[in-house]
Amino acid sequence: MTAPEVSGEESVTTIVTPIHLDYRYTAGLAQSRFLTGISEGRFLGQRCPRCNKVYVPPRGSCPTDGVATTDEVELANKGTVTTYCVVNVPFAGQSIELPYICAQVLLDGADIAFMGLVQEIPADQVRMGLRVEAVWVDPSELAPNLASVKYFRPTGEPDVPYESFSQYL
Amino acid sequence: MTNPVAVVSFAQMRNVRREDHRNEVEMLLPVVSEAFANVGLTKNDMGFVCSGSSDYLVGAPFSFVMALDAVGAWPPLRESHVEMDGAFALYEAWTLLCEGEIDTALVYAFGRSSPSDLSRVLALQLDPYYMAPLWPDPVAIAALQARALIDEGRATEADFAEVAARSRRAAKNNPNAQVSGDFSPETLLSEDYVVSPLRRHTLPPISDGAAAIILAAGDRATELVERPAWISGLDHRIETHALGARNLTKSPSTKRAAVGAGLLPDEAAPSLEVDVAELHAPFAHQELILRDALGLTDSVDVNPSGGALAANAFMVAGLTRIGEAASRVMDGSARTALAHATSGPCLQQNLVCALSAERPGAGGARG
Repeated sequence: MTAPEVSGEESVTTIVTPIHLDYRYTAGLAQSRFLTGISEGRFLGQRCPRCNKVYVPPRGSCPTDGVATTDEVELANKGTVTTYCVVNVPFAGQSIELPYICAQVLLDGADIAFMGLVQEIPADQVRMGLRVEAVWVDPSELAPNLASVKYFRPTGEPDVPYESFSQYL
Repeated sequence: MTNPVAVVSFAQMRNVRREDHRNEVEMLLPVVSEAFANVGLTKNDMGFVCSGSSDYLVGAPFSFVMALDAVGAWPPLRESHVEMDGAFALYEAWTLLCEGEIDTALVYAFGRSSPSDLSRVLALQLDPYYMAPLWPDPVAIAALQARALIDEGRATEADFAEVAARSRRAAKNNPNAQVSGDFSPETLLSEDYVVSPLRRHTLPPISDGAAAIILAAGDRATELVERPAWISGLDHRIETHALGARNLTKSPSTKRAAVGAGLLPDEAAPSLEVDVAELHAPFAHQELILRDALGLTDSVDVNPSGGALAANAFMVAGLTRIGEAASRVMDGSARTALAHATSGPCLQQNLVCALSAERPGAGGARG
């Protein structure tokens, strides 16, 4: 028996099979400490006992040495812009006016940069080495999520030299 | 393939229904550290690192990359990952070791079954056009297999209860097991059906867990431990994705893998003799199918750890079978052992690992 011939018009080229899965997220011990700190308006990192690097947000281990980071370190509210980009392209879900700055901020005392927005400065004046500080939401709105950090703004301190943060890029 | 390879270290996390506090890295860290400490090695000694896990379990893309933080990836590691049980990661590491370029490897697996609805996640491993859109429950699919076994007259519900009772009893000696204790098959049979003919005791527990194994080749293995568990053969085989095209009551892929691993001379061989067999049978009736496929004699000590009915962390339970079987060889309680790992619905893919206290001669390792 031969299969009936299917003409081009009849062939199925696409099917739609919706998929939806729900998950219960476990932040982990280290990130829970960090998020609790955020809900109190402070940055909590952890130090590697072997290489002494301080990670923020901490993930419970040193990704270089593969050992547990248990020594908690409270970091400054200030830091240095190590690198940044100017966002000019509108996108779905955009909530900030264009153009805006997305930057890597090396908090004082940390060994890894932290991503944040930079505001209260014209986009064309942002630069590597710029000193900034975190601006938090109103204390009544603090919550264990990164929306608690509204943005970073210039402190007015002199820029720091490139050499001092070049290894963190 | 001439370089003999052995399991020299095994560590595992105590399986739990839900690990609510630690993330994957925090679960793995103590396990990987223990595996290293057992043999006095560090990650810098490893010629290769290979892991097994599934992003679908936690809903996090590239979660296996994050998990490397539990090992430490600087200086750069030679590293790989399989989206499969860690037993299949061990296969990849074993092939590399057999080639002789490296003499040590770390294999680890982690699986958190609790963050999701496992029955929905597992539906997605089915054929995406005709089966997955129906979201069939994996228990229901296993029940079709169990029903077919009963209808062929090859097993009864009492046989399933017997398997579960023995697994739970054996698990009393396994501090990492989740389900253990003394239960009479009669009591178990009084439970209600979950999906007929399967009752609660014939199902695996839902587990969060992690495990790690260190492999070493040739003289390196004997330098590290007194009694390495030599891998005398290793093979894995897969059957078709289409459940309807398989005879679900047989496991020809397991039999063929056992031949490939050198445990059976050919597929017509009636019986297989080893001291210990760790079978990855998530459902009680699947142990009967595997015993039958392998032709295990009554003298074989099957699942002294309690098997997957005692703890079944997804992506981990197969590697754990190899670790448990190897531990029996390393502690001297067995001279020969068989470890089996499975993947996919109704024993679709099967791996068989032959372990021995005796170092295979040149060219002896099969696979």
